[in-house]
Amino acid sequence: MRLAIRHGRVVDPATGIDAPRDLLIAAGRIVGIVAPGDGDDFKPGRTLDATGLVVCPGLVDLSARLREPGSEYRATLESEIDAALAGGVTSLVCPPDTDPPLDEPGLVEMLKHRARTLNRTQVHPLGALTMGLAGSALTEMSELHDAGCIGFSQANVPIADTQVLLRALQYAQTFGFTVWWRPQDAYLGRGGVAASGPVAARLGLPSVPASNETVALLTLFELLRSFGREQGASVAPRVHLCRLSSAGGVALVRAARGEGLPVTCDVGVHHVHLTDMDIGFFDAQCRIDPPLRGQRDREAIRAGLLDGTIDAVCSDHTPVDDDAKLLPFGEAEPGATGLELLLPLVLKWADEERLPMVDALARVTQCSAAIVGGAVPTGRIEVGGIADLCLFAPDERWIVSPATLKSQGRNTPFTGYELKGRVRATVVGGLVVHEVRD
Amino acid sequence: MLNPQLNRDGSLRHLLSIEGLPRTLITHILDTAAGFAGLVDPRREVKKLPLLRGRSVFNLFFENSTRTRTTFEIAAARLSADVINLNVSVSSTSKGESLLDTIDNLSAMHADIFVVRHSQSGAPYLIAKHLDKSRGVDEPAHIHVVNAGDGRHAHPTQGLLDAYTIRHYKQDFTKLRVAIVGDVLHSRVARSDIHALTTLGVPEVRVIGPRTLLPSGLEQMGVSVYTDMKKGLDGVDVIMMLRLQNERMNGALLPSAHEYFKSYGLTAEKLALAAPDAIVMHPGPMNRGVEIESSVADGAQSVILPQVTFGIAVRMAVMSILAAA
Repeated sequence: MRLAIRHGRVVDPATGIDAPRDLLIAAGRIVGIVAPGDGDDFKPGRTLDATGLVVCPGLVDLSARLREPGSEYRATLESEIDAALAGGVTSLVCPPDTDPPLDEPGLVEMLKHRARTLNRTQVHPLGALTMGLAGSALTEMSELHDAGCIGFSQANVPIADTQVLLRALQYAQTFGFTVWWRPQDAYLGRGGVAASGPVAARLGLPSVPASNETVALLTLFELLRSFGREQGASVAPRVHLCRLSSAGGVALVRAARGEGLPVTCDVGVHHVHLTDMDIGFFDAQCRIDPPLRGQRDREAIRAGLLDGTIDAVCSDHTPVDDDAKLLPFGEAEPGATGLELLLPLVLKWADEERLPMVDALARVTQCSAAIVGGAVPTGRIEVGGIADLCLFAPDERWIVSPATLKSQGRNTPFTGYELKGRVRATVVGGLVVHEVRD
Repeated sequence: MLNPQLNRDGSLRHLLSIEGLPRTLITHILDTAAGFAGLVDPRREVKKLPLLRGRSVFNLFFENSTRTRTTFEIAAARLSADVINLNVSVSSTSKGESLLDTIDNLSAMHADIFVVRHSQSGAPYLIAKHLDKSRGVDEPAHIHVVNAGDGRHAHPTQGLLDAYTIRHYKQDFTKLRVAIVGDVLHSRVARSDIHALTTLGVPEVRVIGPRTLLPSGLEQMGVSVYTDMKKGLDGVDVIMMLRLQNERMNGALLPSAHEYFKSYGLTAEKLALAAPDAIVMHPGPMNRGVEIESSVADGAQSVILPQVTFGIAVRMAVMSILAAA
């Protein structure tokens, strides 16, 4: 079907454009980016009126749990993909901590097939790095890659055995696979539910020190260094560091990148905005993993985003059953819904830092797409490129509440917040798959 | 953020923690307790007051405790309330009933006060929030929650009775040095004591213990931290000893009770480093020979038994402030 999107403000970080443009789409691809009103000879089957809207690349979310296979009572693929589209997310990466974990090619194929038949958001699964995520036996990474895994991860499960970690890195490097690694020591702060510091001390909550993250980063960087260099470049496998949470962690990553280690990293959108103070009177909505840290950590994360130490922001969408949050803080299940909040929260960050929208959006489009990689580029608007787009009203305010969220998980620390930025339409492969009609 | 334990006019709606209670309110509770002191004096004939006649106090102990439960029971009985003890730790929760379902069931039985003890920090907040959900924030509470100890977080009636005890013997908080000794990391009593003392204006609150038992971020609660007990006790007016649980010897926190006693046990020799009229306190139950030497526990400076008596008056005060018509 031929689609025209007219009268919108096209903002694309990859090409640097922020201007009024019309987009012409055919056979799932962008065939024209023209001045408003041009391209009369293009006869579309449908025209979307994007007056007053920003038209940007569909968001690429580096972490969103879809809860399938296994946890269908928490959420299903359908409900979470609906949530993704309502959030303008056209590509997402899902971690392997499903039930069972994604350590068998058959499970990955099934997930990809399910996602394909829904024919909406692109789902890019991460394969488990070790069998059962148990940290001892390697998975068949090559088979999993062929089934569709874009990388390998332990989700939130640490590997205690450093020998196994090294072997996993070596094996991934053999095939040129990327390891997605959440830096977490297996022992420090084990059982902790909040970040070490004055808030956890006052609330009497078992706590996780920042060294849980920094010790793991130091270990990882040493292992990467041990791969050595050839022709002036590191031979280590590419590692994408997931969900940085501490100032110490950001500093270590900055130094490692400066040194030339092949690492990228992301941060969860909650850590860009919230701190442990937001736990307040034991609000279980703020029970997330990694835990919310202090003000200095939040400032370091923001500085890391501004100077490029941190490449991307993700939602870390983790739908949780309502009952699992109606428990004392330490017993509540960690996680928050985020697919529909990623865009407005990134815009909020941009407002607060007085950052141009095109720079802020890079963190959820161009930069996150670069980490996903792949043969077919996404996260950009260019002639010949796939038409994955998000149309949003940048100044429209809305209140976050269970009624306004499509995900089956309604739990978010932002309940009751008024946010700015509402997705009005989402286009995937040239098809309008989500639309808000007043 | 509206403090969930206060009504909009600043009066007490629930007693969940000493944090966030204004000094005037704490003082009011202590003054009310002083009014009941005559009733609880073991030398006097026991009298009852009808203040809570017709009211029901449900003791919901999700974590076992005989002592605390008994003192609440006695306090409620002295006010003529009906007391129901629910050992929820052995009943419905073991059958898989959720905490809030248990609360809903019990709410339907017309209680006025829930006295709650739970092993998880913050559980009484969840309960109070749930109970208040069906009431407007300007309406009086339907059921008042009294926190009898939640995880490591708070034991407000203990903090209050400790403050009462100090006031009884020392009168002026603003001239005191107080030392709290022991496993602060795991202690809800320590946290409540720290809040009570700093709010009441104690200029120097010291915390003494081995590094493994001191949480990071403690200074921000307004205390000075010592790992050397001899230095920490120098010139103090009040020594509050904390109980050491046996479990601390597992999990690489401490090597042995013997070594703990050597460095952190209160002996007569260490007591001599404090002010000559210093008082010795302990929330109980005591581990003799671990935290404290018998000669000190039973000695002239010990006020450990009066603490228990004062505890009844303080609990009577809390319940009467919350629930008396």
